[in-house]
Amino acid sequence: MAGGGSFDTFPKLLLRNAARFGARPAFRHKDLGIWQSWTWVQVAEIVRAYAAGLHRLGVQPGDTIAVVGSNRPKLYWTIMAAQALRAIPVPVYSDAVADELAFVLAHAEAKLVAAQDQEQVDKVLSVCDRLPQLDKIVYDEPRGLDDYDHSRSIAIGNVIEDGRAALAADAALGQRIDEFVQAGNGSDIAVILYTSGTTGTSKGVMLSTRGCIDAATDTTRFDGLTHDDMVLAYLPLAWVGDHYLNYVQGLVAGFCMACPESSDTIEQDRREIGPTFYFAPPRGFEAMLTRVMIRMQDAAPIKRRMFHYFLDLARRYGERVLTGNPVPLSGRLLYALGRLLVYEPLKNVLGLSRVRVAYTAGEAIGPDLFAFYRSIGLNLKQLYGQTEAFLYVTCQPDGEIYSDTVGPAAPNVDIRIAESGEVQFRSPGMFVGYFKDQARTAETMTSDGYVKTGDAGYFDEKTGHLKIIDRAKDVGWLADGTMFAPKHLENKLKFFPNIKEAITFGDSREFVCAMLNIDAVAVANWAERNNVAYGSYQELAAHPLVYDMVANDVAAVNLSLVKEKALAGAQIRRFLILHKELDADDGELTRTQKVRRRFITERYAPLLTALYDGSHEADISTEVTFEDGRKGMIAARVRIRDMQAVGPAESLGKAA
Amino acid sequence: MRAPDTNEIMLQVDGIALAFGGVRALRDVTFNIRRGEIRAIIGPNGAGKTSLLNVVNGFYHPNHGAITFKGRTRARMQPFEAARGGIARTFQNVALFKGMSALDNIMAGRTLKVRRGLLWQMLRYGPALAEEREHRHRVEEIIDFLEIEAIRKVPVGRLPYGLQKRVELGRALAMEPDLLLLDEPMAGMNLEEKEDMSRFIIDVNSHYGTTIALIEHDMAVVMDLSDRVAVLDHGIKIADGTPDEVKKSQAVIEAYLGVAH
Repeated sequence: MAGGGSFDTFPKLLLRNAARFGARPAFRHKDLGIWQSWTWVQVAEIVRAYAAGLHRLGVQPGDTIAVVGSNRPKLYWTIMAAQALRAIPVPVYSDAVADELAFVLAHAEAKLVAAQDQEQVDKVLSVCDRLPQLDKIVYDEPRGLDDYDHSRSIAIGNVIEDGRAALAADAALGQRIDEFVQAGNGSDIAVILYTSGTTGTSKGVMLSTRGCIDAATDTTRFDGLTHDDMVLAYLPLAWVGDHYLNYVQGLVAGFCMACPESSDTIEQDRREIGPTFYFAPPRGFEAMLTRVMIRMQDAAPIKRRMFHYFLDLARRYGERVLTGNPVPLSGRLLYALGRLLVYEPLKNVLGLSRVRVAYTAGEAIGPDLFAFYRSIGLNLKQLYGQTEAFLYVTCQPDGEIYSDTVGPAAPNVDIRIAESGEVQFRSPGMFVGYFKDQARTAETMTSDGYVKTGDAGYFDEKTGHLKIIDRAKDVGWLADGTMFAPKHLENKLKFFPNIKEAITFGDSREFVCAMLNIDAVAVANWAERNNVAYGSYQELAAHPLVYDMVANDVAAVNLSLVKEKALAGAQIRRFLILHKELDADDGELTRTQKVRRRFITERYAPLLTALYDGSHEADISTEVTFEDGRKGMIAARVRIRDMQAVGPAESLGKAA
Repeated sequence: MRAPDTNEIMLQVDGIALAFGGVRALRDVTFNIRRGEIRAIIGPNGAGKTSLLNVVNGFYHPNHGAITFKGRTRARMQPFEAARGGIARTFQNVALFKGMSALDNIMAGRTLKVRRGLLWQMLRYGPALAEEREHRHRVEEIIDFLEIEAIRKVPVGRLPYGLQKRVELGRALAMEPDLLLLDEPMAGMNLEEKEDMSRFIIDVNSHYGTTIALIEHDMAVVMDLSDRVAVLDHGIKIADGTPDEVKKSQAVIEAYLGVAH
């Protein structure tokens, strides 16, 4: 197994891989319907020529080079070539609008931009008057760019050709390139990754080469990744996940990165390539499952029954089989049959047949969704990380997987929980600082060298794993000092199919209350099956039987809180179901469908007051925007339901 | 590279008349298409636009008049002769093989370029195989050009309308035509699909240097895309010129808005 070893920069690792894994594939890319591949030897040669070409274009050590586009070998080679010249690559999100792009390019002082195609080149040109330091644009796909000013914009293929020709003609140039590579050392900045900027303007996270390589050496060892592995590089190029999991781990372990044909063909490409290491955010796994379920509804009845029978079976035994816990013989045999008939074919359709290790991260994953993939034999695990850590802070080791924790500290990572409940860490890959932002760097670091994550969490007593509960700034405290994590509660509520949205209140209050939105589709479906008559959404939401059903869900959430000692006091004592769906048109949600808590607090102030003054119903009238833009008022009387808090003793009583 | 805007006439239509029984679809229409241009034909419903395209590619035979294509004058021409001569077209109501994949449909456009005989093709051996590889390569370039990689293997019957139109354009391009006739390429599309299609038409014209004649109802599209516009009404050409000239023409305004009585 290859690790970083004594190699402290990426260009040196590339040379090592060329020497050690020479004829093995380093990159694959589907082009014109055929998977093209490049071996490590070829890539090393191309990158050397590319670096020479860039050098001839005037790129100097310390310059920044922006990379804008999707996952293309030539763009990854740009990163490699930049690193070979000791210049600093800065990947930028390709879907960034021109203004965001201008901000990053200006802030990073990019001297050269490598863009994927005409679309990206046009975007850069549209803002280039704001970028005085920008000198040249190189591009991967020449289509549509024939008429452009070629003194300014050059095809990457031509840069490589030019470099190759110059290397052949001038031995001294080759020597200079090799000197750059040899002069590189571990303290060089390997890359600047800009955070997506969900919390304020984006910051440029600087990472050192030594840090990157050490972190990746640890994690490739942790998951046993070797040069025999294969990944599909489909995550955004500028995101830490892609850069770490694919690019850095690929160089460190020497495995092959496969670039999809286009962003629309990822499913087919995944199936064709059969990656062995796979990452997707929870919603990626959810979308995959939804597609399967929809297709199964159209399947023949016998297939459908077989599918559901074996999925039930998998739910009972699957995870135990995967974790290696005891399973009765009959279960084991039936599970083996299920593998043959359902699980393996299903994984094959999804392109996950060969996956040894799969990760998900980024947001809370529903326990059912998580259990589904694990039960059909996919080794899906969770990790917790951030750009400042160069990804891994915690990750789940094989055999210790729980859907509600993110695992113990990753190798060589040191985690502590601050007084405020905030998670802080020190890790080998941790960032050097924010680019040109000393103030915010100082804000993020503690005086003794830990990084503040901004997330609140605690260590689970039973497993010793870290649980992330919320953004630290959203965490509040009840009047009696119990910790209250709104997002954590809301996620738990939203995992129930009947509940679409939830907003919980409790900071500086006596107890916790919740406003809920029912899921119109799921509840209407239930109403139809149970002969519950209703005339409108409002009527359905106020129906006593719906209240009963939702009360059961809330009770289940309360019960689950009992097991989490730190949060047991923050159970939901009262809740109400809103008479209308929260809507972005009314300003209640953001355009990305996130609840705007402060706005809702103001808009539904009478309801909030009623939740805390003990009354059992409250009147509310709100303005709504109809789809055609007209405005109207909706008035309703909303009932409030009291809940019993569950104590530890009581839950024991129930279990007995 | 955009084909040089020479004034070389690629297609000349002289005094064409076409009648179906008593219906006079075209009356003494004369117009031409220059090499490398995008030429639009517009007009109200039933003006004879599609009839004119059908005459150009030999599907209808005019009662009077002559067609000169690349210097050769013919009164009658069969569609396959037109195809061999380098004229490709798409249809108003998509005419694809619904059960075949997008890839196979576009491969069908290569039929005229196949050199080896049926026997070789059936054996799929030696030179025939090499030839098929070459055709497939050209087709893949078109698929890449039209950005339809994701639907390569999908039967076209299952595709949404906008994509079917794109596949049809792909099949026409597979012929490597000199003159491409597009019959309402954007009918029934939403704004985004129209913008995509417009970009493809411009790219085809500039990248392959293909001369394009198109029928279109969306005036904004026509005015943006085309170099010259011919306007038909009741089988008569009532205006011809650059988009600006046509927009100002009184006859055109009357044909579209009606005349006050």
